[in-house]
Amino acid sequence: MATAAARETAGSQAYDVPDGAGDTTDTTGYERAFDAAVAADERIEPRDWMPDAYRATLVRQIAQHAHSEIIGMQPEANWITRAPSLRRKAILMAKVQDEAGHGLYLYSAAETLGVSRDELLDKLHSGRQKYSSIFNYPTLTWADVGAIGWLVDGAAITNQVPLCRCSYGPYARAMVRICKEESFHQRQGYELLLALSRGTPEQHAMAQDAVDRWWWPSLMMFGPPDDESQHSAQSMAWKIKRHSNDELRQRFVDICVPQAASLGLTLPDPDLKWNEERGHYDFGPIDWTEFWDVLKGNGPCNEQRLTRRRQAHEEGAWVREAAAAHAAKHSNGETGATRA
Amino acid sequence: MTTTPAKDTAHTAAALALGDDALVLSHRLGEWAGHAPVLEEEVALANIALDLLGQARVLLSMAGDEDELAYLREERAFRNLQLVEQPNGDFAHTIARQLYFSSHQYLLYGELAAGDGPFAPLAGKAVKEIAYHRDHAEQWTLRLGDGTEESHTRMQRAVDALWRYTGEMFQPVEGLDVDWPALEAAWLERLTEVLVRATLTVPDGPRTGAWAAGAGRQGLHTEPFGRVLAEMQHLHRSHPGATW
Repeated sequence: MATAAARETAGSQAYDVPDGAGDTTDTTGYERAFDAAVAADERIEPRDWMPDAYRATLVRQIAQHAHSEIIGMQPEANWITRAPSLRRKAILMAKVQDEAGHGLYLYSAAETLGVSRDELLDKLHSGRQKYSSIFNYPTLTWADVGAIGWLVDGAAITNQVPLCRCSYGPYARAMVRICKEESFHQRQGYELLLALSRGTPEQHAMAQDAVDRWWWPSLMMFGPPDDESQHSAQSMAWKIKRHSNDELRQRFVDICVPQAASLGLTLPDPDLKWNEERGHYDFGPIDWTEFWDVLKGNGPCNEQRLTRRRQAHEEGAWVREAAAAHAAKHSNGETGATRA
Repeated sequence: MTTTPAKDTAHTAAALALGDDALVLSHRLGEWAGHAPVLEEEVALANIALDLLGQARVLLSMAGDEDELAYLREERAFRNLQLVEQPNGDFAHTIARQLYFSSHQYLLYGELAAGDGPFAPLAGKAVKEIAYHRDHAEQWTLRLGDGTEESHTRMQRAVDALWRYTGEMFQPVEGLDVDWPALEAAWLERLTEVLVRATLTVPDGPRTGAWAAGAGRQGLHTEPFGRVLAEMQHLHRSHPGATW
């Protein structure tokens, strides 16, 4: 059984919804207008009235998404200095840079809801807010960079494309931009794996090993099965979430199976087979024990990722203080200090 | 950017010198990924690293195969300045290294762009990128120098520590037709102005010496460089002949 904190974190997997979404009996005029706007598929904007629980849900979801982007830089940055060709190095650097950019858009989107980036970072650093558990797995070989692009970014896109139609305007617009870049990330991962798969026997084995390790954690990115996902209903009603965890997971499997065949790689699931009746691929059972375990902090890299993030933040404190002090000294000056 | 093969050995040597500077500095900046003091700097440092890597790829391709040159040469065959191989240190050291190098590179590429040599097309494009790199370094030098007491101390320590590697930037490079003394004077003038505005002292130690005068250009490097190459080249060298 998961802890409350871990259960809440399930949201970071599927961009799911927390508890506390009650209060639907209070039908003020504002709330009726809000409900009508959501029902009509209109966008809710920062200055519109919104229920507190809707605001809190969005803050938590957007923050977890932003945190996932910046923590997600670590496993890939792990290979920047070892990229095996200059072309691959440029692609990887650009990808990791995009992730920092996504973090920026998302923290900005969260700020439209009345929280600051500093507050959210504090919550990440103190473990009160989570990030996607997928980044608690290690990148052991160069092929992991490809597997992350193909599978992890592929799963993220499957999750995120529907968010482009999310009812909250700033989040939906940030997602449009993010999804375009993610789609490039996914393609570069596929292309990297294809080069390895068609390369030397050692390269092919490296690619297969990476896919073997990343397949199941990628399926877990969609969150717990629908019958165990307590938070989805309200979020679907609010049109923050548009599809259930299991629907999205199935969509992802259906996309990946033919792609794996084109790559010349296998997926590590003996139960994978086409089901004519359902019109989908059947797949084997997911090890939810592992899922909850990693969520609770016992994954291979939870400690390492968070420690490194805190360390970067702490080591950068004097730089941020200097920028603030300089800006205060020259508040009418010409030196262009930008941020506190 | 177009890649024009160097016509002669002098131009090949120059392409290697400039290409190695950009390659090695880009690599060092890439080490910051995930460690920057603010998210905006993750984007900025990666951006500069990418610009430099783009320049390196054009330049190395003028001298030969970019990957063979980057991944299969031994330390003594690299022609980069010792300055660019110095470890990142704290953020102040990285900014000091950027300040020294980008203001040098801006002036050098400006001259190359204005000429009609083989580097003019590359330099013409790159100088626009470098203008941003220089601005980034200068703005941070001002913030850190004239920020808090701690940042001032760290920034002063950084400009002092890297000062001895700056003389090498103005040693003539075979194949580049540049007025080096004029370049050095212009560099020093701009640098002095920035450091003074940042309330920092212009270092007064030696800028040349047995190991700091054109040593990197001759393939003599500092100890940390061997580890840079070990990390950078390991995977590529582990799979001879493989394509990636």
